[in-house]
Amino acid sequence: MWARYALRLISLCLGLACWASPAWSQTRFIIIASTTSTEQSGLFAHLLPLFEKASGIKARVVALGTGQALDLARRGDADVVFVHDPDAEERFVTEGHGVKRLQVMYNDFVLVGPQSDPARARGKDVLEALRRIAAARLPFVSRGDRSGTHAAELRYWGLAGIDLAREKGTWYRDTGSGMGPALNTAVSMNAYILADRGTWLSFRNRGELGILVEGDTRLFNQYGVILVNSARHPHVKQTEGQAFIDWLVSPAGQQAIAAYKVGGKQLFFPNAAK
Amino acid sequence: MSEIAQSLTLASELIATGDNRLAAIVGLSLQVSLSATLLSCALGIPLGALLAVGRFPGRHALIILFNGLMGLPPVVVGLLVYLLLSRAGPLGELGLLFTPTAMVIAQTVLVMPIIAALTLQVIEDEWHEYREQLRSLGASRLRAGRTLIWNARFSLTTAGLAGFGRAIAEVGAVMIVGGNIDGVTRVMTTTIALETSKGDLPLALALGAILITVVLLVNAVAFFLRQWAEKRWG
Amino acid sequence: MSHWIELRSLRRTEGTVCILSDIELKLGAGKTALIGPNGAGKSTLLRLMHGLLRPDAGSVIWPRPLTQAMVFQRPILLRTTVLANIEYGLKLRGVSARERRKRALSALERVGLSHLVQRQGRRLSGGEQQRIALARVWALEPQVLFLDEPTASLDPLSRHEVERIIGEIAASGTKIVMATHNLGQARRIAEEVLYLEAGRLLEQTPVSEFFHQPRTAAARAFLAEETG
Repeated sequence: MWARYALRLISLCLGLACWASPAWSQTRFIIIASTTSTEQSGLFAHLLPLFEKASGIKARVVALGTGQALDLARRGDADVVFVHDPDAEERFVTEGHGVKRLQVMYNDFVLVGPQSDPARARGKDVLEALRRIAAARLPFVSRGDRSGTHAAELRYWGLAGIDLAREKGTWYRDTGSGMGPALNTAVSMNAYILADRGTWLSFRNRGELGILVEGDTRLFNQYGVILVNSARHPHVKQTEGQAFIDWLVSPAGQQAIAAYKVGGKQLFFPNAAK
Repeated sequence: MSEIAQSLTLASELIATGDNRLAAIVGLSLQVSLSATLLSCALGIPLGALLAVGRFPGRHALIILFNGLMGLPPVVVGLLVYLLLSRAGPLGELGLLFTPTAMVIAQTVLVMPIIAALTLQVIEDEWHEYREQLRSLGASRLRAGRTLIWNARFSLTTAGLAGFGRAIAEVGAVMIVGGNIDGVTRVMTTTIALETSKGDLPLALALGAILITVVLLVNAVAFFLRQWAEKRWG
Repeated sequence: MSHWIELRSLRRTEGTVCILSDIELKLGAGKTALIGPNGAGKSTLLRLMHGLLRPDAGSVIWPRPLTQAMVFQRPILLRTTVLANIEYGLKLRGVSARERRKRALSALERVGLSHLVQRQGRRLSGGEQQRIALARVWALEPQVLFLDEPTASLDPLSRHEVERIIGEIAASGTKIVMATHNLGQARRIAEEVLYLEAGRLLEQTPVSEFFHQPRTAAARAFLAEETG
């Protein structure tokens, strides 16, 4: 009786597994671990159909912070990583998890803050702006999630000569969240925040906030792409993953990136090595 | 206030235009959560009944465990299932991570204890009423458990609905094991989370309203089915 | 007449309360009434004999194995049809589907409720439900039937019908032990009376003798009280 029930249960599981997984029928797809900035800015929704048309390969994007995306790939759960933290990317390749890092495109970070700008941070110099915010002890929201943006922000604090460990007070809000949630927090607190331009431009809930610092060459934000090493992770779809990377750095892919605009503004600038 | 009104308008527009992508997302949500609920019932109801009528060592510990697991945070379940299904994990070979199947597994882990614990309560009450009668007729404990499951079938639908409600409303577990991949594992709750991160609060809220509508619809269907069945077979 | 069940120094406690103590009994009669005031231990004694409870001391001895069944004060039917309710006990005994159907329908006819066969058991009146409960055990054709106040919550008409059915079950050769509050009922149905008070078995007396000349003062007082 109970054995028969167990048998029925197993067949139910198998039935459900097949039913719930149309995924198994399509064999050619890759998993790209990428960042919230590329996903939420709508870039992937623009690029992937073009790539699929060119190659017949579907790409599935899991959007996380750069640090998490690299960790995901370290466990072998992605075929390609497409992120924006050059130092961390190089480390990933050196450790043997990635085959080779190729640069793909860039955009820039912007310092966003209240239009009234009580810290008088507005200008062309991001380091000076951070010094003023810290000096005025005005609320600053940090991603705090090991993302590329977080890594860049920490780099700027260092360059500005501010020892966060010492200066950190209630004004510095470590939110441990993605770009979008962090922006939502900043809006509700009328705080300063470092954001990538792509997410900022496609972000809808801006409240009183606006761009205060942009165009500083140090705000350059480079994106790179890496094929996960199949010597380390044997099930990685090497051919398909490589096809995506080849397409991304090819003239076709680069043009597709340049063609993506939000509100008439180009978000990403292709700069793959020729 | 205007934001809420705006999102309600948006919600009705989305429903009225029969947006294809929205329909696919709602469909996947239902598919995943109903599968998980079905599986949880198939596992949790016999287990709950066994705990209600059985007398074996460790029974109390199991009861406490399942009652406790009812409050399991979805994120923890997601992480646990992620580590199991990850390529580096014990079940990595199956390649289930970032598929709807992984989401069904995670939600089953989340919902099964709820179904088991609620079944336990229902069947315990039944057992209290029927124990002597069933034993007198010659039913073993296992047989009595089976009989009482059938006997309590109408009350048990409530357990199923509670489980379904939990499954379809959770975001933490499916986000981690599904990856919120557009067109593959994106469900209603992860879409809401995504739109919130994009700062599109009215759209997020509109999706929330649609989620509630879907849940209400499922409950309404279950309610009328139960009424009809009770009239017919109760 | 040789006895068919024997109780030896039977004791049953619940927590610290002693429900039954030192019950010594050999039962040979075909129709026995178990009477006594509330809390005397009648239900407990029936359950010990039937095997639903275990004694804390002493033993219940069946000289030869007899099939048994029990009907409770409340008819506890399953939420299913009358037919399925009656078939349930037969199903547990591994009776084939055809045989089950035949025996269930026949039992239903004997309790006079054939017209309710496809109705939902729990939707019927209390009297009808108790008759279904009797049909359920009758279909099992037990050699011994224990009854725990089977008419206590019924109206006079239903009580009369249930008594008739019990009489017929007894007439078919089934031995009956019935706990009851209704002295008239005991008189009508039983051949022998067991008088129980405060957990002790005070009398085992033929029915006519018990009602005319109880052997103990306690039973005398009880009868006087009950008959007013």
